[in-house]
Amino acid sequence: MTGRLVLTLALALHCLSGCATPKNEHAARHISYWEKWTGFEGEAMDAVVDDFNEKERAHAKLDPNYAPIEVEKVTISNVEQKLLIAIAGGNPPDLAGNYSFYVPAYADGGALTDLGPMLENSGFDRSAYIAHYLELGEYRGKTWALPIVPASIALLTNKRLFKEAGLDPDKPPTTIEELDEYAAKLTQWEVTLPNGEKKIETGYLPDVPPSQKRLIQAGFLPSEPGWWSYGWGYFFGGSLLDGPNQISAESPANLRAYDWVASYSKHLGIGVIKRFRSGFGNFASPQNGFLSGKVAMVLQGVWMHNFIEKYAPGLQWAAAPFPYPKGQPELAFTTEADADVLVIPKGSPHPQEAFEFLKYLSTQPALEKLCLGQQKFTPLKAVSEDFWRAHPNPYIRLFRELGMSKNAFAIPQTGIWNEYNRELGNAVDLIQNQTQTPEVALSNVQTKMQTALDRNHRILARRDAQ
Amino acid sequence: MSSIDRINRRNGLLFCLPWLIGLSVFLLYPLLAAFYYSLCDYSVLLPPVFIGLDNYADLLKDPLFWQSLWNTTYYAIGSVALGLVVSLSLALLLNSKVKGIGLYRTIFFLPSLMPVIASSILWLWMYNGQSGIINTGLHHLGINGPAWLADPAWAKTAIVLMAVWGAGNAMVIYLAGLQDVPTHLYEAAIIDGAGFWSRLIHVTLPMISPVIYFNVVLSIIGGFQAFTQAFIMTGSTGAPERSTLFYVLNLYNVGFQDLRMGYASAMAWVLFMVILVLTFAATRLSRRWVNYDR
Repeated sequence: MTGRLVLTLALALHCLSGCATPKNEHAARHISYWEKWTGFEGEAMDAVVDDFNEKERAHAKLDPNYAPIEVEKVTISNVEQKLLIAIAGGNPPDLAGNYSFYVPAYADGGALTDLGPMLENSGFDRSAYIAHYLELGEYRGKTWALPIVPASIALLTNKRLFKEAGLDPDKPPTTIEELDEYAAKLTQWEVTLPNGEKKIETGYLPDVPPSQKRLIQAGFLPSEPGWWSYGWGYFFGGSLLDGPNQISAESPANLRAYDWVASYSKHLGIGVIKRFRSGFGNFASPQNGFLSGKVAMVLQGVWMHNFIEKYAPGLQWAAAPFPYPKGQPELAFTTEADADVLVIPKGSPHPQEAFEFLKYLSTQPALEKLCLGQQKFTPLKAVSEDFWRAHPNPYIRLFRELGMSKNAFAIPQTGIWNEYNRELGNAVDLIQNQTQTPEVALSNVQTKMQTALDRNHRILARRDAQ
Repeated sequence: MSSIDRINRRNGLLFCLPWLIGLSVFLLYPLLAAFYYSLCDYSVLLPPVFIGLDNYADLLKDPLFWQSLWNTTYYAIGSVALGLVVSLSLALLLNSKVKGIGLYRTIFFLPSLMPVIASSILWLWMYNGQSGIINTGLHHLGINGPAWLADPAWAKTAIVLMAVWGAGNAMVIYLAGLQDVPTHLYEAAIIDGAGFWSRLIHVTLPMISPVIYFNVVLSIIGGFQAFTQAFIMTGSTGAPERSTLFYVLNLYNVGFQDLRMGYASAMAWVLFMVILVLTFAATRLSRRWVNYDR
């Protein structure tokens, strides 16, 4: 009885759905696309997806035998983890956005489709891309991801605070030594005099005991926002990985970098920095250290312009390449340059169709629309005049130039990056708290991570042998 | 077997079935699968490769394993002891017959209804070194409070102190236990001239000892599984200086960030054994001090 009822229902439904689609038209090929962005960044991607779908429908109108591709973008938080679980469960989306630094770990795990053959068949032009960004998706000799939205970082300065400190707001520091000098001049305390009176004083004031001074403005803090704490060594000519098999955490350049980081804890006092920073609100709020004018100089990314517009519209700011150590101008224009990338997961139900969208997103108009919408620059060498004209960020050319610099570094390509990153984060913590010297902290990182890297290679060799 | 027995047996099994299915699908199978994976190199994405006891051998050499085990033990001991004292004291106070007692009970129970994530964010603000309510209060008393969650010497203690927030659950159970103590025992004790403390130690505590035992075992298990507070308040690195890197947090990092699911499974099994041994020990000890005699 129940069986018959179900059958009738199924037939009825089949008829309904059958009646809804005209037989002579090819059904659209649906592509599920997982992406992490929300807000204006998500809307920028939505617009590009709409364009693509529109183009596909137009194609189908002209050619009745063509089944149009329809990309359905789904916004997913923590996409890097959910994607993993979906791939492991054998039910991945056709296409997904990810961060470039997850590519090695995913590739090591066999979670991604090698884009190489499809790129080759489609006549993909490698030389159209800024090489550095394209290389982010390449690992162990294969192409696993294509960059779509690149980023770079620079020194952002508060021009008003420069003026108030008697510095030229149009001359940001060029060397680390200058940065330190300016930082001291931009540091202000509220000092309580013995008679109870309060007055503002400038500099590090080593002779005033901590109980009699309260930090009210910092020139520069390596820990604000501290997002690239693992990478300070690169600004001093160091690196984290020397070839695929060698950890280089305790190189002389890295030691020098973290001695410099520690110098700020020494000058200001670690408790002072912590209390001062805990007074800041969320990053995306007017109480942000830089946006509220409490920190005069910060290392920040191309996206900071959006936050300035939104939370501190009147802020007079400037961007400049992060300074290099005095006497080493060859290290000028050092920046961290990573990108948001697109990957086709292993087991993607429609890799070919997903690739069509990927290919669309490698064309200049589509990339420019996306990157303009997200207020970044594009990973392509060619840039249209319209793009520059329409771009709201006054320093966009600088950020792009940084991204193209020979000193642009990326998160090292290794499957143990997460572990390495946590280990470095802890080392920086220990160094900034002056619990350990940079020598001790970095030597511990070196030993632990070399062990981890060797273990990782043993595991990979075992997997390859299987 | 009569047909009634057969029907009863069938119906009995049918009624048990949802639980049996739940147990085997959501508990037994994952438990056994995790044990198998703990003997493998398993990245979730590729088929597991059997490697024997390597993961367990690596664990013994892993400083993070020991550090996270120590942090968790510190938290478990601290939160169990503090939770016991606070919730039992509250229950004793709220067991008195005063006007509006229902309201007081509700007030003290309410915080434990708050999800851990929400209360973690709340405490994050309270522990703020610069403008948090705790340091502001201490400042009025002339004490310069620590940076709490930013200070490696205080962060763990801060998270232990937070456990008081969830004391309401245990409190309600103690309260139920307290109301179950026969009043004639107190009357007899009073006639014998027993004061408040004598009655507490010689009547109340022995009579509610099964309830104490139950709560202690539950909080040991909960304490060793602490994760959310640290994850929300100090991030997955267990900052500062890994003082809040709890065992399950470390396990999460290894499994879901590093994709070393085999190693993470081994960690999970070690934790399971630790909790099992502790629960067993608590049960053995309880024979000496838990009084089921009515």
